[in-house]
Amino acid sequence: MNEFADLLIIGAGPAGMSAALAAAPSGARIIVLDDNPLPGGQIWRDGPQASLPNQARQMRERLHANSNIRHHSGTRVIACSGPKQLLVEDADHGWQIGYDKLILCTGARELLLPFPGWTLPGVTGAGGLQALIKGGLPVQDERVVIAGSGPLLLASAATAKHNGAHVLSIAEQASSVAVTGFALQLPRWPGKLVQSFSLFDRHYRTGSHVVAALGNERLEGVRLRQQGKIVELACDRLACGFGLIPNTQLGQALGCTLDGTALAVDAWQATSLADHYAAGECTGFGGSELALVEGAIAGHAAVGNTAAARQLWPRRTRWQGFAKALNNAFSLSPHLKSLAQADTLVCRCEDVPYAALAGHADWRAAKLASRCGMGACQGRVCGGALQYLFDWQPSAPRPPFSPARIETLMCLDDTPPA
Amino acid sequence: MPDLVLDGRTLRVAEGTTVAAALALASDGCSRTSVSGQRRAPLCGMGICQECRVTIDGRRRLACQTLCHDGMQVRTRP
Repeated sequence: MNEFADLLIIGAGPAGMSAALAAAPSGARIIVLDDNPLPGGQIWRDGPQASLPNQARQMRERLHANSNIRHHSGTRVIACSGPKQLLVEDADHGWQIGYDKLILCTGARELLLPFPGWTLPGVTGAGGLQALIKGGLPVQDERVVIAGSGPLLLASAATAKHNGAHVLSIAEQASSVAVTGFALQLPRWPGKLVQSFSLFDRHYRTGSHVVAALGNERLEGVRLRQQGKIVELACDRLACGFGLIPNTQLGQALGCTLDGTALAVDAWQATSLADHYAAGECTGFGGSELALVEGAIAGHAAVGNTAAARQLWPRRTRWQGFAKALNNAFSLSPHLKSLAQADTLVCRCEDVPYAALAGHADWRAAKLASRCGMGACQGRVCGGALQYLFDWQPSAPRPPFSPARIETLMCLDDTPPA
Repeated sequence: MPDLVLDGRTLRVAEGTTVAAALALASDGCSRTSVSGQRRAPLCGMGICQECRVTIDGRRRLACQTLCHDGMQVRTRP
């Protein structure tokens, strides 16, 4: 089975859905590819314990209603198999998709930093806990501690509480000055001001961070530094996330230039590679409103509707301002670089401790000596951590981009789609 | 309401439940054993970290990105 799309969109979060819906009236044959079981990305992840906003439902319905949009869920990109051609895999099959134009809407992942005990069952990412709860993870009457940085901590706490958990503490590493400064700017974006009130929690502490997860076989408690003082809390779950990192791997593999840690784009959301666009969090963290408008600009631009794209520029500028304020407020304290101890595992796939990594010149030298980043996740977790800890630049990924079946790789022999 | 079998235990879950959630509903929530012998559980919840990889009907899948289906056989130990 091979396929061809006039426009291929990778990712069905807010940016990807918005791009597809903007491009659809052109009549182009559109394929939206998504790794998740349902469209919506992480912010609009659906499930038995999720409550989706109306906007998400409506966009999902419109996506299904358009006869020229085909949506493949549970599907991953395994390799770039030729010019404008990708090898992909779902639960049952592998196949190739050829395309004329491509929009990368690959989103972001959480920055997960190593600290003693972080490999214990019961420790998750902050957004990770939220996603797992939406998918049906039971947290009723569980004691939950949330730590790390950024507005996702409050959103994760709200989901946990809504599903019956007792949130004992929310430890934000940013200072009260930084967080207050950010909050004071919120009236510039009234919707965000309202949202922040609804998420406020009396257990929120600034200038606080995780020191260690405690327990033997599974998590039993957490040691926190709260405004200078060490406290220990018994808990059932610890959710730790230190902000978001753009998912740039596929863009990098295709040859798109980076701007810092994100994919570089111009005013049309076009990357450095002709006919390849990018929108949403993979171009820098900015929240769903920015992702929606960037996706729409990319969708319009990719089908040649430059007038419609241009009309959206002011709205994008407005949400870029929000993104800038957010990223300044929650920049990470250097204290977090000293959380990992000599025996703390940094690479969870190959179980490589911090001591085996410190002292190497770069990521490549560390990999060759220790197998760090060479396991199943291909350095998606430890690569982000080591970029923060040692300033090591992760190299562009090589295929297969994620674990794949041999049958899928055999599809590389198939005749390219026309 | 799909019924699935997880490490030999039968379990009925709500429609749309992920296999990652079913791990916690059925037992201790663990998904795999690491190369140095530690038990691990889902971490990122969104298909990145690979900690939640399990064997489903003989194939290696990510528990957090897979919805439970009737008759599914899930194993967390080799």
